[in-house]
Amino acid sequence: MHLEDLEALAARYHAEETHEQEIRVCVAASCQSSGSLPVLEALQSACAGQGNGRCKVKGVGCMGLCSAGPLVAVAKRHAPLNESVLYRAVTPQDAAEILASSGGAPVERLRCPTDQPFFQRQVRIVLERSGLIDPESLPEAIAHGGYSALIQAITEMTPAEVIREVTASGLRGRGGAGYPTGLKWSTVAKMPGAQKYVICNADEGDPGAFMDRAVLESDPHRVLEGMAIAAYAIGASKGYVYVRAEYPLAVARLETAIRAARRAGFLGARVADTPFGFDIELRLGAGAFVCGEETALMASIEGLRGQPRPRPPYPAESGLWGCPTLINNVETFANIASIVRRGSDWFASIGTQGSKGTKVFALAGRIKNTGLIEVPMGISLRTIIEEIGGGIPDGKGFKAVQTGGPSGGCIPADYLDTPVDYDSLKSLGTIMGSGGMIVMDETACMVDVARFFMEFCMSESCGKCVPCRTGTWQMHALLDRIARGEGTPEDLALLEELCEVVQSMSLCGLGQTAPNPVLSTLRYFRHEYEAKLQNQPLRKPQTQRGTG
Amino acid sequence: MTEPKITLATAWLDGCSGCHMSFLDLDERLIALADRIELVYSPLVDAKTLPETVDLGILEGAISSEEDLEKARLFRARCRLLVSLGDCAVTGNVPAMRNAFRVEAVLDRAYRENVTCNPQIPSLGVPALRCPVKPIHHEVSVDVFVPGCPPSADTIWYVLSELIAGRMPEPARVTRFGA
Amino acid sequence: MPLSTARSNVRVVTLKIDGRDLSAREDETLLEVCREHRIPVPSLCYLEGLSVWAGCRLCMVELVNQNRLVASCATRAAEGMEVQTDSERLRRYRRTLIELLFAERNHVCAVCVSNGHCELQTLAQRLGIDHIRFAYRQAHEVLDSSHELFRLDHNRCILCTRCVRVCDEIEGAHVWDVMGRGSQCRIISDLAIPWGQSETCTNCGKCVQVCPTGALIKQGTSAGEMVKDRHFLPILARRRAR
Ligand SMILES: Cc1cc2nc3c(=O)[nH]c(=O)nc-3n(C[C@H](O)[C@H](O)[C@H](O)COP(=O)(O)O)c2cc1C
Ligand code: SF4
Ligand code: SF4
Ligand code: SF4
Ligand code: FES
Repeated sequence: MHLEDLEALAARYHAEETHEQEIRVCVAASCQSSGSLPVLEALQSACAGQGNGRCKVKGVGCMGLCSAGPLVAVAKRHAPLNESVLYRAVTPQDAAEILASSGGAPVERLRCPTDQPFFQRQVRIVLERSGLIDPESLPEAIAHGGYSALIQAITEMTPAEVIREVTASGLRGRGGAGYPTGLKWSTVAKMPGAQKYVICNADEGDPGAFMDRAVLESDPHRVLEGMAIAAYAIGASKGYVYVRAEYPLAVARLETAIRAARRAGFLGARVADTPFGFDIELRLGAGAFVCGEETALMASIEGLRGQPRPRPPYPAESGLWGCPTLINNVETFANIASIVRRGSDWFASIGTQGSKGTKVFALAGRIKNTGLIEVPMGISLRTIIEEIGGGIPDGKGFKAVQTGGPSGGCIPADYLDTPVDYDSLKSLGTIMGSGGMIVMDETACMVDVARFFMEFCMSESCGKCVPCRTGTWQMHALLDRIARGEGTPEDLALLEELCEVVQSMSLCGLGQTAPNPVLSTLRYFRHEYEAKLQNQPLRKPQTQRGTG
Repeated sequence: MTEPKITLATAWLDGCSGCHMSFLDLDERLIALADRIELVYSPLVDAKTLPETVDLGILEGAISSEEDLEKARLFRARCRLLVSLGDCAVTGNVPAMRNAFRVEAVLDRAYRENVTCNPQIPSLGVPALRCPVKPIHHEVSVDVFVPGCPPSADTIWYVLSELIAGRMPEPARVTRFGA
Repeated sequence: MPLSTARSNVRVVTLKIDGRDLSAREDETLLEVCREHRIPVPSLCYLEGLSVWAGCRLCMVELVNQNRLVASCATRAAEGMEVQTDSERLRRYRRTLIELLFAERNHVCAVCVSNGHCELQTLAQRLGIDHIRFAYRQAHEVLDSSHELFRLDHNRCILCTRCVRVCDEIEGAHVWDVMGRGSQCRIISDLAIPWGQSETCTNCGKCVQVCPTGALIKQGTSAGEMVKDRHFLPILARRRAR
């Protein structure tokens, strides 16, 4: 198959579609949980009753504003989200009214404006088809450019050219650490060995994070395409998606997508009728956070207990069953097709010097617009929180935003103008992480916040190494004492010493970063800890200037 | 004698008195010690009250009851230097093994199940038990720790000699947990 | 385990440990080099003849000029490496690790069958630990006395997995494994059944001999009586490798 054949296929799919108007109902997990499936059914039967084919009702992936779900968008065929009429909190009773209004005057009482910053300030690469296409339909993906990058790569580019493109794009891993993707690919490509593997890390265990889930539920083919391009570039014939079993919808859609891609020849022994063979299998994780760590993840795929092992050797050298293995995050793979299709220059023009492209964040906590956003790297935290997020609800003041989940830290109001990129966030004592962003208002107690994350690390520690296994327990006990007002200055000193030991001595990233939430809350909100200590006069914390 | 004597107070909390016995095992060295130390309060002497200030306090045993806690706090308040002597004081040791059980179950076992004559749980004039049993330094701050069950007379001699000489002893050089 | 794979065309490298110029095969770990030259580095999970576990973290050393700590049992010697095995910082960290172990389970040395013959106890003394600053976790574990020859006291287990590895790698029975997460982790026999009911245990007693503490012991031993002998291990391991 050549690019022209695929384009012809896409054109055919377009031609087969005759409807003018589309009614898109979000059927990703968030909207499903607020009841979008009955809405979809109601709209479908209302539409069928109308029976003129002018309008098509379909389920689509995440449109972002999850807090306002179920979301329904009415738009011209293929029109992007911000050119559509968006409805919020739709119920099945609204179906007839929405259908009647399609193409005409919108139903004002349900209207959710799309000219608000939440939609206008986003830049969608990873989520470009999310909310637009039916995630369970391969033709829809193809009609919107799906698999064209794969065909282009394997028919028009050498593996080295693909790697050069990815390297030049400046893409860095979206799984947390931000390792340069091109460098990782070329390392695995250069490793000797007949058998190599590609693994997609879809374990997403951070509390509050659901970026990867949304991508998989909204546009699974995009991830498969990225993996196949990677396999071609590094010379792998076999891939695994390691996805947590708590994501049944993502698992189901992945299964559907893999089957469809095999049938269409995008996966299998001869991908698109070329000698390049690549197939993908799913592996379900049983919900251990540590299984997102790459060596633990590989142990788990091999059927062993999901525990990390020391690196080196890195997976690139000795990964799955001792073979060279490329492991990337869902969002990393989801960027690949766009880079190949539109070129590394285009990608590198978005973002900052050290951080290219966009990043998907899951906005959560005390913020008006909770949901999923994709923003260009380098955007300021203030823009995200005040404009896109709509500020803090109930007239409260902003206190801090936590990024990077249990491995990250919090950022206070004074630093809201910091650009969101790997290095700036690191200099503030936090990390980009995988994309969880939790906003806290003035009522939040930072000791409680630290205790919450420590409790998470304590119960997710795999137990292999002493500092993490027992240190997180002790740090949690100390935080608990302090939070309850029973702590002493000695307890605080002991807590700080443990932070240092656990950080420097733990075996894997979980333990090494577990103290981060404590360290960062201590860095910016030490007075809150001290105010809770025994034999300490209760000092009034400085009032934070509110925002939003 | 030109130098003033160092005042010493000792007490046993929840311990078996073994550490005090080990102290007595200093034997003839006790005579040398008597030149430098004045025992102002101890189960080994008659004094009934702890003086307001004492140079050196030595506590044996874990903190198991309200009385233990009170004594530990009093020692801490009045002693310039406080020593935890023996594993019970340092780690909780055997007394802390009851932490695995509810205190009612422990009392039942001791005063009812295994008693044939007039089984009853004593309630008059006995201090309330605390849970969990703790080493002394988990309640009050301690300056010197001397592990051992009991620490040998030689260990005690080393620690006291160093303290008398104005140096901080390093007990781990001569003793360990369970020694 | 990846680290024990010996290559045929190994090179010899020179490196500096504690200021001494030493040579080593590049497939040797830093800990092995240290042992060879009698440079004391504390360790609990490492045991010659077993695969590398790298869980106790006591053997961590400083890579000079890199301001980084690495586990010496899991790090191979490399040309030009500069290693510091002892420093105020390392001593402080190691003491903390040992304290954490004592606080995690219930170690009552005075009444322990391994009193006087225990690697944890000995290390604590060597590192100058005379008290535990941390709160005791007060998790009261059970004692498995169901085996006719041996006994497992979870209260004394430090989860070093030496028993797991010796049983799997040397005896080939794989009776032991680990279950649970974090401090809830526990050594289990077969699929978490009492040891005495295990159908895979061959009664060889290797796990008992390699256990560094009083967790795996012989029936009938009393306080201080459990003396272990693990001379068999390097010999068997060498024969197995052949
Ligand atoms: C405790 C722990 C949990 C992790 N969880 C995830 C995860 O859920 N998803 C993920 O992509 N990476 C996770 N990582 C990072 C992976 O180890 C690995 O770095 C990543 O998958 C590499 O992909 P990237 O280069 O595309 O970021 C985790 C790391 C640690 C230490
Ligand atoms: S740091 Fe924690 S999660 Fe990682 S290996 Fe150690 S115990 Fe396991
Ligand atoms: S196992 Fe070792 S440290 Fe633990 S109680 Fe026994 S002798 Fe003491
Ligand atoms: S039983 Fe002994 S050898 Fe096995 S893990 Fe526990 S301490 Fe280690
Ligand atoms: S001996 Fe190296 S980590 Fe235990």
